[in-house]
Amino acid sequence: MTGPLIPMGAIGQSWDLVIALLIGMAFGYVLESAGFSSSRKLAGVFYGYDFTVLRVFFTAAITAMLGLLYFGYMGWLDLSMIYVNETYVIATIVGGLIMGLGFITGGYCPGTSMCGVAIGKIDAMVFTGGMFVGILIFSEAFSLFEGIYYSNSLGPVKVYDSLGLSSGVFALLLIVVALVAFVFARIIQNKVKKVDY
Amino acid sequence: MNTSITDRSKIYANPYLSGFLLGMILLATFYITGRGLGASGAIKSTVVTAVNAAAQNHAGNSAYYSKFISDDHHPMNNWLVFEILGVLAGAFLSGAIAGRLKLKVEHSPKISSRTRLIMAGIGGILFGIGSQLGRGCTSGAALSGMASMALAGFIALLTIFGGGYLFAYFFRKFWI
Repeated sequence: MTGPLIPMGAIGQSWDLVIALLIGMAFGYVLESAGFSSSRKLAGVFYGYDFTVLRVFFTAAITAMLGLLYFGYMGWLDLSMIYVNETYVIATIVGGLIMGLGFITGGYCPGTSMCGVAIGKIDAMVFTGGMFVGILIFSEAFSLFEGIYYSNSLGPVKVYDSLGLSSGVFALLLIVVALVAFVFARIIQNKVKKVDY
Repeated sequence: MNTSITDRSKIYANPYLSGFLLGMILLATFYITGRGLGASGAIKSTVVTAVNAAAQNHAGNSAYYSKFISDDHHPMNNWLVFEILGVLAGAFLSGAIAGRLKLKVEHSPKISSRTRLIMAGIGGILFGIGSQLGRGCTSGAALSGMASMALAGFIALLTIFGGGYLFAYFFRKFWI
């Protein structure tokens, strides 16, 4: 059956939220079992004592990317119906840097903090509370951010088009980058002093 | 080697296997819904709904809230909230099986629980602001954006993790 199933009308809307719950459960289970409920494990990627985040994240992104390319190639998925994030250069750069600062101070990102909350991490609960406050601050002070928020809009551009490559060549390059990163992560992790947590 | 109960809680799944499984879940999400996974969007929906319930005029007049109120009944809006409820249930299940369910503040022995909680609160506020400006967080912007090969996904990846490395030096005493 050609996907995406829900936008194509192959699955009724009434199943929508049941599917959301099941996908979320699988997502949460995998994240927690990989150790993403621990802020000290997550922070390890920034100090070189634990590269779990790098390994899980890169492997997941490449697996899904190759899957989408393959499904599209086989005609199982209409790629034109797949949501592609719109690029607003300045907003994404500034927002990303603020999130980076939030990551290194808070030790979590939104999805991983949910995993921490689920197993009883009080720091994750405070982080999640902080996110509500942060989103409220952004919304109330939107006029301050509005200029950056809408500037440099490029629309839903693809990374390989921006670099002047084909999608296959870009995917191959990303796999090479990931493999090199995995090797370096192993070398660095062996040299950095162990942290017990 | 003896595996006592305390040791068992520190045993995690193989990261490459976890990454592969996470990638397959993300692929399935795209195949079924046409979109990727998300996390900060669920909190945004909750904030918008709460503000709209408490002060409808204020929310309707706001240039930001009003962007999302019109599709309040749109399934995608609830979708992320249900997905995150699922994440909580799934993570709880994994934690229960691994013996990791415990109410505690996790922090480096070099800092107090209080310091850790203050930093966690600051980090949450920053992530909340950044995820709105960046139109998504590590899940919705970086991971899902990379999978769909959106330029925005790669910019988000480089700036979130690049930002982490950039600022890591200044916050090292909180972690190592």
